[in-house]
Amino acid sequence: MAFLFFCKGDRAIMYEVIWHGRGGQGVVVAAQMLAEAAYLQEFKGVTSAPTFGPERRGAPLTASTRIAQEPIRIFSQIEEADIAVVLDESLFKVVDIFSRLRKNGLLIINTQTPLEKWDEQGEYRIAVVDAAGIALRHHLSKEGAPVVNTPMLGAFARASGLVSLEYIEKALNHKLSKEQGSRNFTTVKAAYEETIVREKKD
Amino acid sequence: MSNVQIMTGNQAAAIGAKLSGVQVVAAYPITPQSQLAEILSQYIEGGELKAEYVRVEGEHSALTVCISASTVGARVFTATSANGLLYMHEQLHWAAGSRLPIVMCCVNRGVGAPWTIFNDQQDSISQRDTGWIQIYCRNNQEILDTIIQSYRIAEEVYAPIMVCYDGFVLSHTMMPVDIPDPEKVREFLPPYQAHTILSPEDPRTLNAVLFPWRRANSEGVLCDGYMEMRYKLQAALERSPAVIQETSRRFAEVFGRDHGGLSWGYRMEDAELIMTGMGSLASEATQAADILRDEGIKAGVVGIRVFRPFPAKNLKETFRGAKGIVIFEKGISYGYEGALSSDLKAAFYGSENQAPVHNYIAGLGGRDVKARELADAARASWAEMQTGIVEKPTTWLNCYTG
Repeated sequence: MAFLFFCKGDRAIMYEVIWHGRGGQGVVVAAQMLAEAAYLQEFKGVTSAPTFGPERRGAPLTASTRIAQEPIRIFSQIEEADIAVVLDESLFKVVDIFSRLRKNGLLIINTQTPLEKWDEQGEYRIAVVDAAGIALRHHLSKEGAPVVNTPMLGAFARASGLVSLEYIEKALNHKLSKEQGSRNFTTVKAAYEETIVREKKD
Repeated sequence: MSNVQIMTGNQAAAIGAKLSGVQVVAAYPITPQSQLAEILSQYIEGGELKAEYVRVEGEHSALTVCISASTVGARVFTATSANGLLYMHEQLHWAAGSRLPIVMCCVNRGVGAPWTIFNDQQDSISQRDTGWIQIYCRNNQEILDTIIQSYRIAEEVYAPIMVCYDGFVLSHTMMPVDIPDPEKVREFLPPYQAHTILSPEDPRTLNAVLFPWRRANSEGVLCDGYMEMRYKLQAALERSPAVIQETSRRFAEVFGRDHGGLSWGYRMEDAELIMTGMGSLASEATQAADILRDEGIKAGVVGIRVFRPFPAKNLKETFRGAKGIVIFEKGISYGYEGALSSDLKAAFYGSENQAPVHNYIAGLGGRDVKARELADAARASWAEMQTGIVEKPTTWLNCYTG
């Protein structure tokens, strides 16, 4: 069952999400899809933004999504996200992902490494899923590489409880052709099922 | 029924131009405006927008095409950024002097040198004195709506309008935008009825050289000199605030959204410390006001939408209760201070409002400016103002100044 794990006081609740990936992995599209799904789910305030500036294939980049009950009035870059989604685990070696994630925040990683190996960062909630494996199993690839951005939306839904699969499906169908939408959604569902979440250590 | 879609500022601008029924588009791509030019060319190529897209080799020509098409009676649109706008500079004066109701988007970007592709407002601020009306938008809905409003305003006062919005910060950020019903837009903004006198059957010269004094034409009629024609441009801009406010009010009636006419306020009811600025920076300041209010400081925000004509009369009223004013600007008049700061202080000249004014230059070349940082600056200024520091040098926010 999905649940909200954040309690940030009653006024101006806003969830900030940073997507980490490499150019070509579709982080910008993932950030957009999440904004769209959240809006459909009656969050009145959503924004999604790419890293401002030029984009290079393969280079580390981020995109962001803000989700709030009220229309969003700020457009500055996110300092400390509530949730970080990592599409490529090799980024841990080159980007300080933890520096932009708040303590007790949620970290969602596309990895084959089992959850118990991710124990060095005890101050976060961690969720893992083999999104690349799921994409390959469902023959969802683009230019020879598995499509990982859409399954990570399923992992996001599972781990955060902020958006439901129903609205992710709607957002996908809005953006993609019927056939593409349904193929992508298959991986979203699979990732939702296979995501394993660990509460932070106390 | 609303039709909300999640989109970038550039998409919103393209839809605004399409709904306005523009007939000629001439634009040269430049970051961060490019997506806007691309979407419009797609609309036209796909037949979704019945208009002509004139491909040009640069921005000077883009505006020249718009000037020509507008002169013969078409509703025209263009858009640019930064050095592209600077390259148009000569034609900006020409468009205004010709009294053409051209609407263009300036997707605000810092100017070179050194090169930057990122956001500030130096590009449009530097075009302040060209005779264009300038409107600054704070979110993507406002961009779309302002373009539609702008054609109505421009075609009533016969002055061109620059719709300014922050590059990347708005142009590339997606957010919900309610797309107005095309039928309702057509009612609000009927097709342009030009007063053109140009026709192939009756060739004439427009804007020929004028001598310093008024002169009789060949039929003996005494005609305006250069100075009379320039005076009329000034008079048109002076009467435009009333048209802008009326258009905003009428728009709100039809579409249920009021972006504020000349300026907008946030938590202004009993505000003593007023932060002000233009575009997304003013929107960011609204969160700074929340932070300061939580601390017990009566803070509010005035977002200035219309920078030219400068709504001095309106702002004098708006700032009446201020005990301290903090201005954040993404541009500067080098060697002095922010242009908005100078104008706002001048508006208070001789009035009873002699509140201290502190000026911050922020976010040049895309440097990030957070609500927290705006609150810190305003709080520091507020403390200084309590100790009697009325004037202080312009402060560069988030900048290493040695």
